[in-house]
Amino acid sequence: MPLKKIDVENLNLYYSSFHALKSVSLSVAPNRITSIIGPSGCGKSTLLRTFNRINDTIEGIKITGEVRIDGSNIYDDGYDVDALRRKVGMVFQRPNPFPLSIYENVAFGLKIHAMASGAVLDAIVEESLKDVLLWDDLKDKLRRSALELSLEERQRLCIARLIAVKPDIILLDEPCSALDPIATLRIEELMVELKKKYTILIVTHNMQQAARISDDTGFMLLGELIEFGITSKIFTNPAMKQTEDYVTGRFG
Amino acid sequence: MNPKLAQKIAFVFLLIATLCVIVPVLIILFIIVKQGYSAITWEFLTTMPRDGMRAGGIFPAIVGTLSIVLTAISITLPIGVGAAIYLNEYAGDNALTRIIKLSIVNLAGVPSVVYGLFGLGLFVIFLNLGVSILAGALTLSIMELPVIITTARGALSSVPQSFREASLSLGVSRWQTTRYVVLPNALPGIMTGAILSIARISGETAPILFTAAAFYVPHLPRSMFDQVMALPYHLYIMSTQIPNVPKNLTFGTALVLLMLVLAMSLVAIVTRVYFRKRRKW
Repeated sequence: MPLKKIDVENLNLYYSSFHALKSVSLSVAPNRITSIIGPSGCGKSTLLRTFNRINDTIEGIKITGEVRIDGSNIYDDGYDVDALRRKVGMVFQRPNPFPLSIYENVAFGLKIHAMASGAVLDAIVEESLKDVLLWDDLKDKLRRSALELSLEERQRLCIARLIAVKPDIILLDEPCSALDPIATLRIEELMVELKKKYTILIVTHNMQQAARISDDTGFMLLGELIEFGITSKIFTNPAMKQTEDYVTGRFG
Repeated sequence: MNPKLAQKIAFVFLLIATLCVIVPVLIILFIIVKQGYSAITWEFLTTMPRDGMRAGGIFPAIVGTLSIVLTAISITLPIGVGAAIYLNEYAGDNALTRIIKLSIVNLAGVPSVVYGLFGLGLFVIFLNLGVSILAGALTLSIMELPVIITTARGALSSVPQSFREASLSLGVSRWQTTRYVVLPNALPGIMTGAILSIARISGETAPILFTAAAFYVPHLPRSMFDQVMALPYHLYIMSTQIPNVPKNLTFGTALVLLMLVLAMSLVAIVTRVYFRKRRKW
């Protein structure tokens, strides 16, 4: 692997007394899709959510170890969490557009961060919607409520809202679990397209999805990262017995 | 007993229990409208009382009630919503917030006459505000705080967590998220609560008895430090303190007060229905 975009070292996470992540270490390279697979409750979403510190406010959470992004530990005291989240954006399981117009959804972050206004803002909104392949369908409906869109369109809109603020890394937490198979395939194509510009991490239940789109795969079980490596190797020739059992469908 | 028959009896009983709610409302409305409508004239609504309250209008009492109530709500709304935001969006679950929440519950249980005495002691005498609009409004605003906090917290927690997460995940700070995502979506609920509070405190007598209300003031209030006449207190005076007040004047005053309260409740209901239709999450 070339450069390290994200470097996790000996990360432990506790929800009160529950040890949810156990000594996780891994490195993520830029402009690749890294997927994290594993059965429900194995800690894969928890791991993903440590990368933008969106779990910070949960009562009783405790984290040890380091998560370095572009070389600096994001859990250092005084690290600017808002700046971190501008760099590390997230797409959630359920599409969650704001109850605003399509345009206002995409422009939301840009306006609050005062990154653009007027014609520049219009241009970024257009570009972002083009990147998620919504522009042609929606260019005449920008003032309509985002809640009128289909689930797939909503998820695309959420991705457009995110890339409008120009993050570096995109975290996707089971982004297709609310979608039908066709919509899922189209979102997958989109992700492959997006990795040219972004580093992408995706948590998924769906092993085929991980096999189809990701360059690297990590397999988690009961809070441990059992195995991490090139996707083709994880799926065809895993080093660990548990990984093999899981990817061959013997459990999970 | 035959279960079908038992069910029938139970449903009939439950229906009767439900009807018991409507009946007093209708009776009250009927009596007050019947006895009071003849008093309602333009003159009644817009002139001073005359002849020791036995004739003339109730204009100063309407103005007095409105000024106390609007002042009270403009004090209690920002404080109550602020507290609700703090409790709902920022505060963790610790000893301090548990004490705060317990205080809110207790504040809601204090009888209104106790608020009246408290207002007399603190605002009228200790802070030397005198019997005045301001003292009465402050007293009412403290009484209404727990209601505002509770309804505002309800409105804030009905905003889906996913909106907050979406906003935070764009690098938007917690305060900006509260300001631009949570508050706008909670606003209809907060407004409804505020309007209902206005309706509720318009009819309160005990808290303003010692702090704001005057028996008779022959002019409209000139400042926040003036005593004023107020509808509920005026009603009390006309029905108990002055002999030979024409009955329709007393009931007319009650009718005006009732209409004021009902109109505001109606506004609250319309607001709620309007916004509920628009939101779909």
